[in-house]
Amino acid sequence: MKRNALIVLSFILMVVALYLIFIYAPTEKEMGIVQRIFYLMVPLGWLTMLAFIVTAIGSILYLLKKAQKWDTLALSSAEVGIVFTTLAMATGAIWAKPVWGVWWDWGTPRLTSTFILWFIYLAYFLVRNLATEEYRGAAFAAVVAIVGLADIPIIILSISLWQGLHPPALIFQEGGLDPKMGLALMMSIIAFTILYAALLLLRVSMRHNESELRKLKESTV
Amino acid sequence: MKFWGKVMTIAWKDTISELRTKEITSSVLVFTLLVIVIFNFAFGTNREVLPAVAPGILWTTFVFAGMLSLNRSFIPEKEQGCLEGLVTCPVSREVIYTGKALSSLLFMLIVEAIALPIFSLLFNVPVLSLQIIVITVITTIGFVAVGTLFSALAINTKAREMVLPILFLPIVIPIIIGAVKATELTLTGESWSGLTSWFQIIIAFDMIFLVVSFLTFDFVIVE
Repeated sequence: MKRNALIVLSFILMVVALYLIFIYAPTEKEMGIVQRIFYLMVPLGWLTMLAFIVTAIGSILYLLKKAQKWDTLALSSAEVGIVFTTLAMATGAIWAKPVWGVWWDWGTPRLTSTFILWFIYLAYFLVRNLATEEYRGAAFAAVVAIVGLADIPIIILSISLWQGLHPPALIFQEGGLDPKMGLALMMSIIAFTILYAALLLLRVSMRHNESELRKLKESTV
Repeated sequence: MKFWGKVMTIAWKDTISELRTKEITSSVLVFTLLVIVIFNFAFGTNREVLPAVAPGILWTTFVFAGMLSLNRSFIPEKEQGCLEGLVTCPVSREVIYTGKALSSLLFMLIVEAIALPIFSLLFNVPVLSLQIIVITVITTIGFVAVGTLFSALAINTKAREMVLPILFLPIVIPIIIGAVKATELTLTGESWSGLTSWFQIIIAFDMIFLVVSFLTFDFVIVE
């Protein structure tokens, strides 16, 4: 019920965000219409980070408390997160092509660090699938998530320095945004964050049902 | 025995075993030399491009060599059934981690100590400076800090040798960037103060991952 309410809410907010992005917010002077993908790219980038942080917190709690629900939360967040990460990179590439003339620019700290984070997400799923026993896979994946979380700030810092840039603020670094653009961006971020929460709850309840089903199966055999 | 006494016992056990078999150092050293030879052909190194590509060649070589030797840190234990013995030892898991990390560090530093002069000789690049030696040591500590953790994790997976690179490489990217940049700056004659920010990143990485690995090691070696 709570989940359905979130899905409906995120749908309504998405429509509002779309209106704000395409009709309300002014077209950017230099980049033109392509700048509007920015309202999609920034929320996706933010969710890439948020989902990973939730995964890592779930992992820490799982290792400390050994309760299955924390692993379920961590895994579900990672599943939703890797989708957002892939989309963030795709929109980043679509943005880069008209603005810089190339699909991929290694010199953009955020694009490059998102790519590395994507690999850490992959490693998270990989150890889980390759572990010899399921409970071990969960613990291994949790360790990867914790190591990954500790690595993210250093990755961003080193890539920024590599480019000779000052370490940027993670989000909202773009200063001097037109208030109308700011409103569209905020609305888009809120809509996507609620979508993330809805998808997360959906995955968690699916895993819950799966394990219930498995228990039933085992009890009948 | 105190913590360090136990750590030294484990590190010493690995060292004796290595002295008798020379399994890791000899094979990793040959591998390192071969990688250097391959890079020579891959980049068609002439005098003009060499200063630009030398730091990259050096660090790619050391990363691959490091992965190879870290993989051997736990796999022989598992193959020869020594892991059970190691785990049932009356010592904490942190002792096992520290001991293993120390012996891996020693083997990697030996390989690097032989490879650096050869690299310097073959490519005619002055990499034998104190600055580059310091960069090599602190970066290797970072490799070992993360690598020992993931090496122990990898032995309980189905595709042992394949798992370590996939976990290890994305995590060590910051220190690879740091090491390559610092080496590049040293080769262009930069002083110590010019390298400060890179040293900071590498040392911060070392400290963070020594602590994180130390705390999480217990969960990867559960029997």
